[in-house]
Amino acid sequence: MEPKTLFDKIWDAHVVNKIEGGPSVLYIDRHFIHEVTSPVAFSGLEKRGLKVFRPQNTVATPDHNVPTLEQHLPIREELSRNQVETLTKNCEKHGIPLYGLSHKWHGIVHIIGPELGITQPGMTIVCGDSHTSTHGAFGSIAFGIGTSEVEMVFASQCILQPKPKKMRINVEGNLAPNVTSKDIALYVISQISTSGGTGHFIEFAGSAIRSLSMEARMTLCNMSIECGARGGMIAPDETTYAYLKGREYAPNGKEWDRKVAEWKQLVTDEGAIFDTEYTFQASDIAPMITYGTNPGMGIAVDGTIPTGDSLAGSDKATFIKSLDYMGLKPGEKLEGKKIDYVFIGSCTNGRIEDFRQFAQYIRGKQKAPWVTAWIVPGSKQVEQQIREEGLIEILEAAGFALRQPGCSACLAMNDDKVPEGKYAVSTSNRNFEGRQGPGARTLLASPLVAAAAAVSGVITDPRD
Amino acid sequence: MIEKFNTIVSQAVPLPIENVDTDQIIPARFLKAVERKGFGENLFRDWRYRKDGSPNPDFVMNNPRYTGNILVAGKNFGSGSSREHAAWAVYDAGFRVVVSSFFADIFKNNVLNNGLLPVQVPEGFLEEMFATIDKNPTAQFEVDLEKQTITNLLTGNGTHFEINPYKKECLLKGYDDIDYLLNLTAEIEAFEQSK
Ligand code: SF4
Repeated sequence: MEPKTLFDKIWDAHVVNKIEGGPSVLYIDRHFIHEVTSPVAFSGLEKRGLKVFRPQNTVATPDHNVPTLEQHLPIREELSRNQVETLTKNCEKHGIPLYGLSHKWHGIVHIIGPELGITQPGMTIVCGDSHTSTHGAFGSIAFGIGTSEVEMVFASQCILQPKPKKMRINVEGNLAPNVTSKDIALYVISQISTSGGTGHFIEFAGSAIRSLSMEARMTLCNMSIECGARGGMIAPDETTYAYLKGREYAPNGKEWDRKVAEWKQLVTDEGAIFDTEYTFQASDIAPMITYGTNPGMGIAVDGTIPTGDSLAGSDKATFIKSLDYMGLKPGEKLEGKKIDYVFIGSCTNGRIEDFRQFAQYIRGKQKAPWVTAWIVPGSKQVEQQIREEGLIEILEAAGFALRQPGCSACLAMNDDKVPEGKYAVSTSNRNFEGRQGPGARTLLASPLVAAAAAVSGVITDPRD
Repeated sequence: MIEKFNTIVSQAVPLPIENVDTDQIIPARFLKAVERKGFGENLFRDWRYRKDGSPNPDFVMNNPRYTGNILVAGKNFGSGSSREHAAWAVYDAGFRVVVSSFFADIFKNNVLNNGLLPVQVPEGFLEEMFATIDKNPTAQFEVDLEKQTITNLLTGNGTHFEINPYKKECLLKGYDDIDYLLNLTAEIEAFEQSK
């Protein structure tokens, strides 16, 4: 038999039909929905007089525009409240399980799926949010879709998709202390650019990847789309099984053993062919930070912003426009630069491990007085763990307050907006103009780099 | 159903900026509707309007010299979020074609699902389009989906563009993917049984 990639094995097992000269009809195992990209799909479905085809394969949570304080009160902002209420009504009507604001399993869609064991190896998973790639950390094909496609999945549990090309990114060796998977992500994107992965699905492999925890793998797969790829994935292994075992929706008993045996087949065969392949050395990666307005504009936290001298034409114009927006200069160092906001959270870095790292760094230190910090757990379960593990005391002693779960300042649809011109070190995934509020200046980094900035009030190398 | 796409001859609106991401096309704060309407007004919101809400005269869409239903943008247009609102905003603002030398994947899927044609052209052709429009804003371009060509009617230069044959058929006939999938229900159920 011809050797196959992990991606091919899962893809091929889900093709219901292939249109001559066109896309494949791909069966979807799990469909996650939230309040922002689902309402128009529901109304489209209703206009056609249809019901959701497989409501039990669908899971809903309101996350994008929920407030992160006083969640027990009705949402003040009318449009946000309306979207959340519409989601609730649609879920009731179509029999879709919903983990709403008051639910003990509420949280960001890409945090709760894995946390509840809904996300499993070998599955196809979609959601109307580009960071659906997060679930690829379990060895599944997971990708973000548009609202028309959400409607397709509602109507048929299938989606029409052209098969992407395949890329493998190997990261070999050991990461240095204080270097995290967020740094791997920002490093790789800075090397291959924000369009380097376009048209591809990425498999991350190599010894540095194998040694990552599930949380760290999720951070990496989450960011995989920032290089333009459709998604990223990592073959399941003992780390994956250990994480899943005993979770609410994970298989149990005999079924567990049967599943694990199946999952063990989910590896790229020796000799399988990738359209594109890169190899990086873990030892070359330092704690990273971005200085521009796309995630590919990243440097080592102690590095200098490129001069842009090698750029020409529209590339140069784009570079200058970006630095102007950021209020930064070519060739400048970021270290020591004063910052105003710190955001710990999002589906990129809102898991328990991220808060442990943050807490460990700030333990016994104090938040810089001029820094506003938003510490936002990715889910209710993460919030509870922060309390149970005693991290909350460490946070509070250092002058930080814990908020309630949601996407928050990742896209600033709720009240958590960074004011114009202010600098925010953010553990989220995008530093686009205006992403964290009109005029906000976002510097993407790991929870550790964010912790160092939060206590010193300036950009600081956490290794110092 | 989507709107059928025929040949288009039109002036073009130039946006010679690279990496225009979905947050620029439509900022997140305008995603709070539960119905698909009114997104066109907020297309390129933060570039198009000043802070007080008045139109920014420097932005190309506010310059009456530039009209037409072809949007011409710099490389890597539509990167970022999966929000289909970006495609709706471009469509609702009156565009039927977006030309660039490179499109982000999800955005390309999204526009095709809404009867908007993404035309990917070589870098050189894009440069020529920008130069033509710059010199002569009333220059016309022809986009022929059947033949898969785009022609600069001022210089006479044209180029071929790629489109998946299935998507082409959908656009020409005004079908959408859901129409197609609904015909497959029996097959999908059989697939579920066999899993
Ligand atoms: S945290 Fe950000 S990226 Fe993640 S689901 Fe929410 S908005 Fe999307």
